[in-house]
Amino acid sequence: MTKVTEIIKGAASLIIGMGVTIKAFFSPVVTVQYPRQTIDITPRFRGHTKLLGDEEMPERTKCVACGICAKNCPSRSIKKVEGEKKEGEKKKTATTYILDFTTCSQCGICVESCPFDALAFSADYNPAGYSREDFLYDLVKEYEKRKKV
Amino acid sequence: MTDVLKIAVEAIGQDTLRVILGLIGVLILVVINALMLTWAERKVAGHMQRRIAAKEVGPFGLIQPIADSLKLLGKELITPMKVDRVLYFLAPVICFIPVLVSFVVIPFGEGLQVRDINVGILVILAFSSLSVLSIFIAGWGSNNKYSLIGAARSVAQNIAYEVPLLLSLLIVVIMVGSLSLKDIVEAQKGMWFILYQPIAFLIYFIAGVAETNRTPFDLPEAESELVAGFHTEYSGMRFAIFFLAEYTNIMIISAVATTFFLGGYLGPYLPGIVWFLIKTYFLVFVILWFRWTFPRVRFDQLLNFSWKILIPVSFINLIVTGGILKL
Repeated sequence: MTKVTEIIKGAASLIIGMGVTIKAFFSPVVTVQYPRQTIDITPRFRGHTKLLGDEEMPERTKCVACGICAKNCPSRSIKKVEGEKKEGEKKKTATTYILDFTTCSQCGICVESCPFDALAFSADYNPAGYSREDFLYDLVKEYEKRKKV
Repeated sequence: MTDVLKIAVEAIGQDTLRVILGLIGVLILVVINALMLTWAERKVAGHMQRRIAAKEVGPFGLIQPIADSLKLLGKELITPMKVDRVLYFLAPVICFIPVLVSFVVIPFGEGLQVRDINVGILVILAFSSLSVLSIFIAGWGSNNKYSLIGAARSVAQNIAYEVPLLLSLLIVVIMVGSLSLKDIVEAQKGMWFILYQPIAFLIYFIAGVAETNRTPFDLPEAESELVAGFHTEYSGMRFAIFFLAEYTNIMIISAVATTFFLGGYLGPYLPGIVWFLIKTYFLVFVILWFRWTFPRVRFDQLLNFSWKILIPVSFINLIVTGGILKL
């Protein structure tokens, strides 16, 4: 008798399983055709860092080239932070900000330590290049490019 | 066109012409069916896992199977060094011929049957048993341990499942009193046999899935244990023929189930062939559905299931049906 109930229970579980797959069959797909379509990156994603624009003067970034991020970077990935003082302005403006992404581990200490909140993580999740030099990002230039788009 | 037909009829006789045209039609059907099913299998697999599946080549990826078959045609036919050459070459051929013969007796519609042989079902069963032989030859001839294990499993499995398959079809044959497939379809004018014999249908369908070596009974080619089982050493078009035969076998199993239990080409409004194809491809879909739902059974479970459950139940079913018919 236990054998019979076992068979009936087994058959029921098979039907339940088929119900699960047929439900999935008629549900919308959750994947996208990758190179042509992409899904949105979650806001907490850590790509390479990017400089944020100044709200009042969108032609410049918030960065004043103080170099605190470079001093705090545990991997010494921030190679060069330079800036110049434009006329009529109190603060300096960053002109070069070189980030070596090959050694950066996206720890976020630069983002946290920035006294002007000028840094943030970008959503750039698929950088690719042919040489190490391709990953020396100049974040000021990258900002200019972003501003144009 | 009719003139050409008339001349051909006079030259070789109506019967011969019917067989020749039928075989050409069957060949076309077999190839198109296999191409469609490779596509359908990928699509069903994708959507059951909530993926998109093939979609790049052609609309909805419909050209994909043609691209695949072109690729397989273009491949070099590699023959491993220590194979038994005769058997190695023979296996795909033996695999493919019986599936062609089986289609000759299947009634696709009223009058749409290549040949109504009065022992039709015996023809199908006799020839579909040959596919076991081809699998065994392929496994033996490959001279490869995985192939041989796959082949040995296939033989044990097919012997075990042939019995319940035959017994459940025998029930219908007893009810109709004829082995001709056309008579069996005509006998279902009032009521489909699935309503009289649901257990026989279930047993037939399970045994049929096992006969075609489909998941959950795909032990002869269990990827996770035996690389690819009996066709490990086959590549290119020889592999494609095994593939073609597998998909055609699925269709034959479904077509026979349709003929025996689901009223064949009978149905209201639509023409017979449409009903036949709808029923057949619904069953094919169910087999694909099985594959993407159930895990593979263990070998002892597989044999126990057949010898301890399916065969006794189908024997009881046969005896009870026979007794009721006698009353």
